[in-house]
Parts: sequence; structure tokens; C-alpha cells
Amino acid sequence: MTSLISLSGVNKYFGDYHALRDINLTINQGEFFSLLGPSGCGKTTLLRTIAGFEGVSSGVVMISDRDVAGVPANQRPTNMVFQSYAIFPHLTVAENVAFGLRKRPDIDKSTAVDAALDMVGLTGFGHRSAHELSGGQRQRVALARALILKPKVLLLDEPLSALDKKMREQMQVELMQLQRHVGITFILVTHDQEEALVMSDRIAVMFDGEIGQMDDPETLYRRPNSRRVAEFIGKMNFMDARVTRSAAQIDVDVDGLGACTIDAEQAPVGIDVGLAKVGIRPETLAILFDGETTVRETISGVVDEVVYYGDMTYYDVRIDGVDTPLNIAMKNLIGRPVLDVGEPTTVVWDARSLVLLP
Amino acid sequence: MTLRVYAIAYLIFLYAPIVLLPVFAFNDATIIAFPLSGFTTDWFSQLLTTQALHRSVQNSLYIACITAVLSTILGVCAARAGAMYNFPMKRSIIGLVMIPLVLPEIIVAVSLLVVAIQILDMGLSNWTVIAAHVLICTPFSIAILNGAFQNLDPSMEEAAMDLGESRWSAFRLVTLPLVMPGIVSSMLIAFTISLDEFIIAFFLTGANPTMPVYIWGLLRFPASLPVVMALGTILVSMSIVLLTIAEILRRRGMARVGVKDKGGFL
Repeated sequence: MTSLISLSGVNKYFGDYHALRDINLTINQGEFFSLLGPSGCGKTTLLRTIAGFEGVSSGVVMISDRDVAGVPANQRPTNMVFQSYAIFPHLTVAENVAFGLRKRPDIDKSTAVDAALDMVGLTGFGHRSAHELSGGQRQRVALARALILKPKVLLLDEPLSALDKKMREQMQVELMQLQRHVGITFILVTHDQEEALVMSDRIAVMFDGEIGQMDDPETLYRRPNSRRVAEFIGKMNFMDARVTRSAAQIDVDVDGLGACTIDAEQAPVGIDVGLAKVGIRPETLAILFDGETTVRETISGVVDEVVYYGDMTYYDVRIDGVDTPLNIAMKNLIGRPVLDVGEPTTVVWDARSLVLLP
Repeated sequence: MTLRVYAIAYLIFLYAPIVLLPVFAFNDATIIAFPLSGFTTDWFSQLLTTQALHRSVQNSLYIACITAVLSTILGVCAARAGAMYNFPMKRSIIGLVMIPLVLPEIIVAVSLLVVAIQILDMGLSNWTVIAAHVLICTPFSIAILNGAFQNLDPSMEEAAMDLGESRWSAFRLVTLPLVMPGIVSSMLIAFTISLDEFIIAFFLTGANPTMPVYIWGLLRFPASLPVVMALGTILVSMSIVLLTIAEILRRRGMARVGVKDKGGFL
């Protein structure tokens, strides 16, 4: 894989406000990369420094091995889909899509516009005026308008946040397919962890202007390197623990669960002998219903809270030696009852699903 | 019922004097009084042959056109800055720019006269009137153009730049067409204000009076009153037409960018 974009030591200040703190990252050719974080974490600012709408206070931004300092947005090989889509309301769909071709007389306008509209599933919409379009259609126009210039990088600023849930899920899949089809590097800014997990090859999770962790979705979810990453992406139960041996295997004594031995890989940032935190995802715990058996570890507890979602039920189960009840996600499979608050129950766990954090 | 009576009384109070203008403009008597004596268009034909009047109308049109253009350009700059950028003391600065809207015109006129003659030591000419008219028209332009610019999506110009346009051509290709109805509307209103304005023009006008100043001069001769009535009739009709066009354009502009209408003067 060849690197297309690289940022090294990038800092950005707005007056006294430190919006980006020492950002280092490399994005590869053809990659679907996401910047994920809560609002105000600097992800949009980072995207805008790549687009050329914001300069950097220090550090270097390289696109295709070229330092782009001082290169304005209109001369960068990037195109952007704005959060508001920024469809020009005084132009038709075709005129919107063809807007970027004004400076490119080498490209045949009508063929290119038709091809771009076909690509986003808006064949025959060219003559419509912009305000006749639905939210989803506006987004497709914004995509076609940006992709018609065949940029090296497509930047997407929260492109799905204005759509309803159904439409959003549909567009997630379409965006992935589109990205594979055109082979262009996509950089997506989102605050929706599910969206980032579904679509991305790699994700950078940002907090307070810093990159907290940068990994592929599975590593990010299974081996978060900090508590805030773990809690931002999905849910995680945390328990106090004591590490008694840290080598290729780690011996750890977890409050409520007892002693166990885990792989060094399960401590993403390493761990020393002493106090630590153990994280465990709700779906890697289970409740042992009547008539079910298990080969894994078990511990008894009492149901503290039940939240029924139809396909899933989330239980809070209180176990001895732990203050906070464990959150457990159970699929409502055939024959499984929904337990009541106060029922005694058996919790199943496995040392392989633990994550050890300092 | 009371409300209806009140509304009708109020409208009569507002518009009856204006209705009297055309009534006496077509009345065949030099004295402005009832009963009416007969129908004539003499007063209008006198307008056509009075050279001094023609010169003052030309003067006024010249001043009003330049005022309209200048105050609209300033209005565009202020409204765009207010809508798209944040800068220190933004609210206070915008507020200060709007103050001439409520300053007594006679105070503005006297102080400008002092500034022009005592401080800048420049002679009075059409340009002193233009400068003063730009001062009082700019707040109106800003008020009208604010509506147009506030409703613009700030990403719009960025999107155009992202697609390869320079900052200026992004403004020209995207922002300008979207705010054009506001610009035309602002020019029409500034034109109308400048054309009708008397006090400032009276203080700052040079050798050539503007039309309102000329009309005021006519009032010293009772015999010419009906001519003034005729001229007033033409002016009022023109003002109504221009303001209507301005408002229609402003509303059309709102519809064009697809937003709800929330402001405007009319």
C-alpha cells in the first residue's frame, strides 16, 4: 500500500484554543479512513486542513508526497462533501454536478455528468432544480459533484448525519460500494461509532484535538487502548484488578471474577505488576439460562435491571465483590425467557475476552 | 368592530394627505382649496417646460443612482462580513453602522456641513450630498442585504472553491446570484431614499439644487403650488412602484434559496 496523505506534527490553534494537538497519521491509497470522535474533538478541523480551508499552525501536511502548505483548496487534489451538502440552489442538478468542470475543458461535460449521475443512482435527474430534491438525493448530487473531478481523495464531513436511520443505513452500504467501485481514498468524519465501524478500513478516534487510537475497526473494538476509546465505541464493563505477573502471559486477579491468565496481547498498551482495570464487552458475557450448559467460567449474580430491545435484552447483573452491576447483552434466541429484576442467575465469562488497561 | 373602525381611521390618517396630491394636481385653480373648480392637465405641462426643474431632476437622479450603487456595495461588504465571519466586537460594530438609521437627519446634516466646510475645507457639490446620502442609505442596504446573506449556507462558497474556483469567482458564481434580488432591492430602496431626501440635501447641496430642494424653493410662490402638487403626484407614484418592485424582488430572492421569509421592510 502506498501512502497518499501524511500529516506529521500537525498543530492548529484558533487564538488560544488548541484545536489539533500533534497529529501524526498516514492514509493509504484507496483506503476508507474515518475520523471518529465526539463533537468539538477537532475531527472536522483536521478534515478542513487536508481540504485546504484551514492552514496549520505547525507541522506538515503532505498529499501525494507534496507539501501542500499554502496551497489553497481549489488547487488540491481533494474534493469534499459538506455536511449541509452545499448544493447550489440556483442551479439544476446537472449544472451542480458540472460545476467543477468549468476549469476542465478537456472533459466532455454531458458525458461526464451523465456518468456521474448514473454512478450515484440519479440517472435522469439532471434537469431537476436543486430544491426539488430530498435529503438523500441532495447527498447523491453532492457525491456526484465531488467525484466528477476524479479527486485523489474524497473528504466527507458527517455526510449521513442529516438523514433518517433507514436512509443512513442504506447510504452506508452504498458509500462503501461506491468507494470500492471508484477506488478513490475516502476520508470520513463522523461522530457515529457504528457508521465508522461499518464502513472504514481504519479509524482514528479523536478526543480534545488528539488522536486517541488509530486502528482497523476490529482491533479498535476488541483491543481499545484506553478507557475513553472503549467507552466511546460501544459499551464496556470495567472492573478493578491486580496484575501478579506480567510476561508473555499475564496473571491477573479480577474483582468479582477471580484469578485468571491472559495473553500479553490483551493488554494493548502493556501492563506492569500492580493495580489495573479490566474491560469486558457486554456481548462477551452471557447469562446461563435453565437447561443450558457451558464449558466456560461461571459466577452467580442477581438481575438488577432489564432493558428489552426486541431482538436483544440488556441485563444489569449484580455480582459479589463489584460495586457496579455488569452489563450483559443477550440475543433473544428460541426458548430464552426474559428474566425479571431480582432473579438469581448465572453469568458466563471467558478470560479471552478481557482487555487489560492501566 | 372597534378594531375595524380604528384600522380604517388609521389608514385614512396615513393616506388621505397623499390622496389629496393627485386631486389638486388635476384641479383647475391656483388656490389649493375645496370646492374643486375643474379638470386640467396644465400643471403637468408646465412641469415639462420648466428648465430649472429639469436640471434639478437630473441632479437628483445622478445623486440617487450613485448613492444607490455605493451604499449597496458597502451594504454587501457589511452583510457578508456579518454573516460569514466572526471578529472581535462584531455586534457593536454592526450596531454602530446601523445608527444613522435613527439619528435625526438635521443633526447629521449640520454636522456634515461643518465637517465639509470647516474641517475638510471642500466646496459643496453633488458629491457632498452623495457622501451624506450614502451615510443614511447604507444602514437600509445592510438591513435588506442581511436577510439575503444570513440565509446563505456558508459552505456554499467553500464548496465552489473546493470545486476549483478562486475566492472571487466563488463569490461571483454562487453568492452573487443568490443575493442578487437583495442587491437590486437594496439599490431601489437607496435610490428612493436619496431621491426624496430633503434636509441633508438642503444643507449640503452646491450651486445646483436637488429636486426636493427645488420644490421647497417653489413653495415661496403660491401660484406654483399646483405645479408642486403635480410633481408630488409623479414622485409618489414612482416611489410606490419602486418600493413594490424592491419588495417583490426581495421575496423572490427568499423563495429562491428556499427559506422562510422572516424580515423586510414591507
